[in-house]
Amino acid sequence: MGILLQQIVNGIALGSIYALIALGYTMVYGIIRLINFAHGEIYMIGAFVGYFALTAFGLPFWVSLLLAMVIPALLGVLIERVAYRPLRSSPSITVLITAIGVSLLLQNLAMLWFSPDPKTFPQIFTRAPFNIGGVRITFPQVIVLATSVLLMIGLNFMVQKTKIGKAMRAVSQDKEAAKLMGIDTDRIISFTFAIGSALAGAAGVMVGIIYPRIQPLMGTMPGLKAFVAAVFGGIGSIPGAMLGGVIMGLTESLVTAYISSTWRDAIAFSLLIIILLVKPAGILGKSTREKV
Amino acid sequence: MPANLLEARSLTMNFGGLTAVVNLSFQILKGELVGLIGPNGAGKTTVFNMLTGVYAPSEGSVYLENELVSSLKPHTITQKGIARTFQNIRLFNDLSVLDNVRIAFHSRSSFPIFDAVFLTPRFFKKEKAIYDNAMELLGIFGLADKKDEKAKNLSYGQMRRLEIARALATNPKLLLLDEPAAGMNPQETEELTELITEIREKFDLTILLIEHDMSLVMKLCERIMVLDYGILIANGTPDEVRANRRVIEAYLGGDV
Amino acid sequence: MTNNPNKKNLDGYVTLIAVVVLVLLNVVLLAGKMPTYYTGILRFMGINIILAVSLNLINGITGQFSLGHAGFMAVGAYVSALVSIHLGWPLVFALLAGAVAASLLGILIGLPTLRLRGDYLAIATLGLGEIIRVVILNLDITKGARGLGGIPRTTTVYLVELFAIITILFTVNLMRSTHGRALLSIREDEIAAEAMGINTTFYKVFAFSAGAFFAGIAGGLFAHSMGYIAPANFEFMRSIEILVMVVLGGLGSITGSVIATVVLTILPEALRGFAQYRMVLYSAMLIAIMLFRPSGLMGTRELDVRQVLGIFKTGGEKDAS
Repeated sequence: MGILLQQIVNGIALGSIYALIALGYTMVYGIIRLINFAHGEIYMIGAFVGYFALTAFGLPFWVSLLLAMVIPALLGVLIERVAYRPLRSSPSITVLITAIGVSLLLQNLAMLWFSPDPKTFPQIFTRAPFNIGGVRITFPQVIVLATSVLLMIGLNFMVQKTKIGKAMRAVSQDKEAAKLMGIDTDRIISFTFAIGSALAGAAGVMVGIIYPRIQPLMGTMPGLKAFVAAVFGGIGSIPGAMLGGVIMGLTESLVTAYISSTWRDAIAFSLLIIILLVKPAGILGKSTREKV
Repeated sequence: MPANLLEARSLTMNFGGLTAVVNLSFQILKGELVGLIGPNGAGKTTVFNMLTGVYAPSEGSVYLENELVSSLKPHTITQKGIARTFQNIRLFNDLSVLDNVRIAFHSRSSFPIFDAVFLTPRFFKKEKAIYDNAMELLGIFGLADKKDEKAKNLSYGQMRRLEIARALATNPKLLLLDEPAAGMNPQETEELTELITEIREKFDLTILLIEHDMSLVMKLCERIMVLDYGILIANGTPDEVRANRRVIEAYLGGDV
Repeated sequence: MTNNPNKKNLDGYVTLIAVVVLVLLNVVLLAGKMPTYYTGILRFMGINIILAVSLNLINGITGQFSLGHAGFMAVGAYVSALVSIHLGWPLVFALLAGAVAASLLGILIGLPTLRLRGDYLAIATLGLGEIIRVVILNLDITKGARGLGGIPRTTTVYLVELFAIITILFTVNLMRSTHGRALLSIREDEIAAEAMGINTTFYKVFAFSAGAFFAGIAGGLFAHSMGYIAPANFEFMRSIEILVMVVLGGLGSITGSVIATVVLTILPEALRGFAQYRMVLYSAMLIAIMLFRPSGLMGTRELDVRQVLGIFKTGGEKDAS
């Protein structure tokens, strides 16, 4: 029982990181129907920005976190401008291949710049655990959970209450109609990329706090899994991405504890295929039908 | 009395909370030319989608020559003898005009994949037959000289004609035309009317067509069915339908 | 004679096949006198041609976007290697065993996933490729992450080129028939294809299993060429490399795939000194192709020697795809 609770705590911490990444996938997919393959690399860049801010520049944690959100946000906007916007009216496969290209380019540039060797993320928080009823909760886990929850509350507020959030929802409902209503769709799309990328950048720092080894290929697997989480929750749905992320984190930590860590990756993808076949719209998604 | 070709029994189609077609029953006799009309959103195309298997009806069933077809897959229904065109033209855009028609000959002129891979004599014989039949059909539709053109480079009227030619290549008993005259100028519509009459004779067809161009419908169809909000509100000769109060209300949208 | 449409049709691709066979034959003749370094590259090139053409059958011709080709290659590689090692089967039979296994797996996992469309299918096939890799990683018989050694190195350049020619002929002959047109119609518009009486499920599964079959052959040739294989040989990146070849050549163009594969196999070798920039170049090229020439080098067209040499007038006969 103690082990189970322990794994649930670990799973939620990991899951909140997946949720942060999944939010970017789901928002971008919701607005331009693109699986942004490069999103996992944005998360990797976020981790490296955080790393350099903390080590090379010795900045305080909260400033480093902010930088690790702002720089990926700018990068996200730049990628959309240069690589995706010219293909707005192209077949989805063309854009998907481009996104794969961007993902590979970032990975390989990161290997050139940062070297392929893993770096150790600085330990800024004490790792001495609290003991609550036999369950060990570490301070980094608390930080990760608190930051993620704060960011998600902020995001929810922005999407539901602010003018730009309403515009985002309008564009994701019907781009043409939103344009006719005077919404600058290009600006909204850029903004969506910025927000999604900022969250991924924050996730990069979060992962550095809990699992302090970062390297240029670190984004691929979590990126894919976060995408699976987004599909699981219902792609395009923001609460769905949060839920999917947490479920993914929990499943992984339970599989690692009770089955084997080498099967972990296969479980994530099996989950994806099952959900796609059984309920392609995801848990909280709406199903659509092609008009004939 | 001519035999019953198609029978729809109590067809209902729900999309989530929306009911597009309600308890629709009708028959089409062999050799008839029937029009299906109604205001926008009345559920006409949904009826076509149910008849051709694109949608499985929520309730009810479709019989072709007394055989239940509504549980079959679209390609099987096509092979049984119902062919269609699409309201929003769905040609194989990047393929040639010839290939568009040749593809539709596939189900009745096919041969084992083995023959294709090993270039057996049967491959050449069958492919020649497909080519000749396709060219003959393109000739009837005045598209023979466009055979190598990509479908997307045709004019609008030519696209509509190619879609009908393609549907005919499947050798249908019943041809469903979804707004064949949409986007055509009066002269093209006139030519289309003649063409429909001509192919009906030549291919011994039964035709059900959706159309907004009333002059075409009234001139061509022997019987007209009127759909409004998914309900069949009239079913009769053009004159009967023209005089029908409920039809007039549906079109004028009044609360008379 | 020239009025027979099929003969005319045939001319176009007989010349295409002639060129491919000629080039490959020359390669084969030369291979006898080549240093091993070059024959190694040639084997690799031939294997890549098989992979690219078979992926083109799925992605380019049938329009079913698959990102799991390396998974099928892995199945072919491991099954054929195990059959060679444990049962001592001769190479060709081992290759066929691997190909059949890959093909069956293609059908087995293809049937449910082919209901998915577009980018969802892409992600599902990516997932399947990864699942295959994780399974290999966890099995005892495959020796997990340590890799499987001791595979007889019996693959020759001749055999690779033979299978490359078979793959090309299979695909080209298929494409020129009513079956090939059925595959193309699915790429163009699946709903319309169904409405024209095409059994789209059958043809999608067929394309998937045929593509997997040849990927399995390629995997077997690869295993018996290297003598040692590990799950790391069949990662997601391998699928992407094959995809880049197909996309650069032009989705749907067989000659395009062959040309792109030759270029992309030689180029990295020529740029050996810049090894660390290789993948940067690859990915930048992928983006550039999509932005500036999404149809690739050849579009959906095929290379016709007569057009290239300009000896005969083709008289406006455009026999595309």
